[in-house]
Amino acid sequence: MNQDEIRAAVLHALSEVAPEADPATLRPDLSLRDQLDIDSMDSLNFVIGIHEQTGVDIPEAEWARLQTLDQVVDYVAAALETA
Amino acid sequence: MADFVMPALGADMSAGTLLEWLKQPGDRVEKGEIVAVVHTDKADVEVEVFTSGVLEEVFVEPGTEVPVGTVLARIREDGASPTEVARSAAPGAGKPSSTPVEEPRLLISPSARQLARELGVDPATIRGSGPGGRIQRKDVEAAARARAGAPAAAEAAASPTGAATTPAPPAPPSAPTADRQAAMRRAIAASMSRSKREIPHFYLGQTIDMSKAVAWLQQENLRRPVTERLLSGALFIKAVALALREVPELNAVWEGEELVTRQDINVGVAIALRGGGLVAPAIHRTDELSLDELMHALRDLVSRARSFSLRASELSDPTITVTSLGERGVESVFGVIFPPQVAIVGFGTLVERPWISEGQVLPCPVVHASLSADHRVTDGHRAAAFLSTIDRHLQEPEEL
Repeated sequence: MNQDEIRAAVLHALSEVAPEADPATLRPDLSLRDQLDIDSMDSLNFVIGIHEQTGVDIPEAEWARLQTLDQVVDYVAAALETA
Repeated sequence: MADFVMPALGADMSAGTLLEWLKQPGDRVEKGEIVAVVHTDKADVEVEVFTSGVLEEVFVEPGTEVPVGTVLARIREDGASPTEVARSAAPGAGKPSSTPVEEPRLLISPSARQLARELGVDPATIRGSGPGGRIQRKDVEAAARARAGAPAAAEAAASPTGAATTPAPPAPPSAPTADRQAAMRRAIAASMSRSKREIPHFYLGQTIDMSKAVAWLQQENLRRPVTERLLSGALFIKAVALALREVPELNAVWEGEELVTRQDINVGVAIALRGGGLVAPAIHRTDELSLDELMHALRDLVSRARSFSLRASELSDPTITVTSLGERGVESVFGVIFPPQVAIVGFGTLVERPWISEGQVLPCPVVHASLSADHRVTDGHRAAAFLSTIDRHLQEPEEL
């Protein structure tokens, strides 16, 4: 998957937990939790969605550090490269 | 014969509107089966029956608003002989339906119905992909997408009439409409005002050392596939359920002028809805569930709450409520009791704090647990024992 495909996959997973999310207005460098009012259940479902879309399993400890869309996309890209 | 009545889905619900019968007279119904959909201020709710038998007769037509307790239908229980029921004797306030509804039954979930309403899609034009042809949210979304400009073939499949339609508005599927928001706000206002008016609240708080629970949870989640991970919320809910076994007077409701303790422990979970609003449906027999079962139930409940597909018993059965605002960084939350319950437990965010253990100051993950309790039914001593018991259970996460 290239970077654009990864971003699209992550956004798809995000749309499943936050259907009102508008990729056009979402700031990729700001906290997703703050922008989208995501709670712990949403976060878990987002991680599950990313796993389903890309095959990448984000460990719980790593997830706590991933705040923004850019960070999530970069993490998935790096994980796919080393896979 | 057993009466099937308009349920009370909240302390301040006085009436509800029957939206749809999912069964017709003569149909067999099983205990726990959903037979009707009811509209309340908070949600469209699927209503189950509590007895098995045959739906003998319905007394209320779809679209009719009736008071709580109105007999909607009668069920001939297994073993009973068919009985002639005098329709005029039906105690329902709704318009008696002397003949079964003749038009074909439309199988559609409440959330799908709501979504169709929001998107302006006629459910009768949608082909359902669920069991027995039941229309689901994805069918409505597909129909709306097809109508909005997908290839003609897709539109034809979703809209057998083939009629030209206008593009669907881009409504977010899970966002409550302004009307729904306002109605829910009114329901919450009524319930919370009544609570503060009638219930003499008192409040206790306790900071709990979460180092064992956090370490255990991290180890558990490391060995689990991502789809089976546990959240700390599941541990909190289970700890509360187990503590209620030891302080049963808090697993209760206040009815009339007396405390009625409940046998089943049905923890209600406060769930914030996207776009605003709140519901607190029950996880039935919470104390008997394993953490895996509880986590599964919690995910299912959150998902259905946010798609407005809760069941009547989930709204009417909570015996206590657990609320958490941890995600928002709030360290303490002191909730308002949902009548007729007598207590609500709040959990703040998990934070690392200096903690003195054996004379040493160490960093320690802690959570602040609070209890709002009804002073008519319990006192500070027992309430403190309850919080301590929650703490004790969280020190033994492997036993939860």
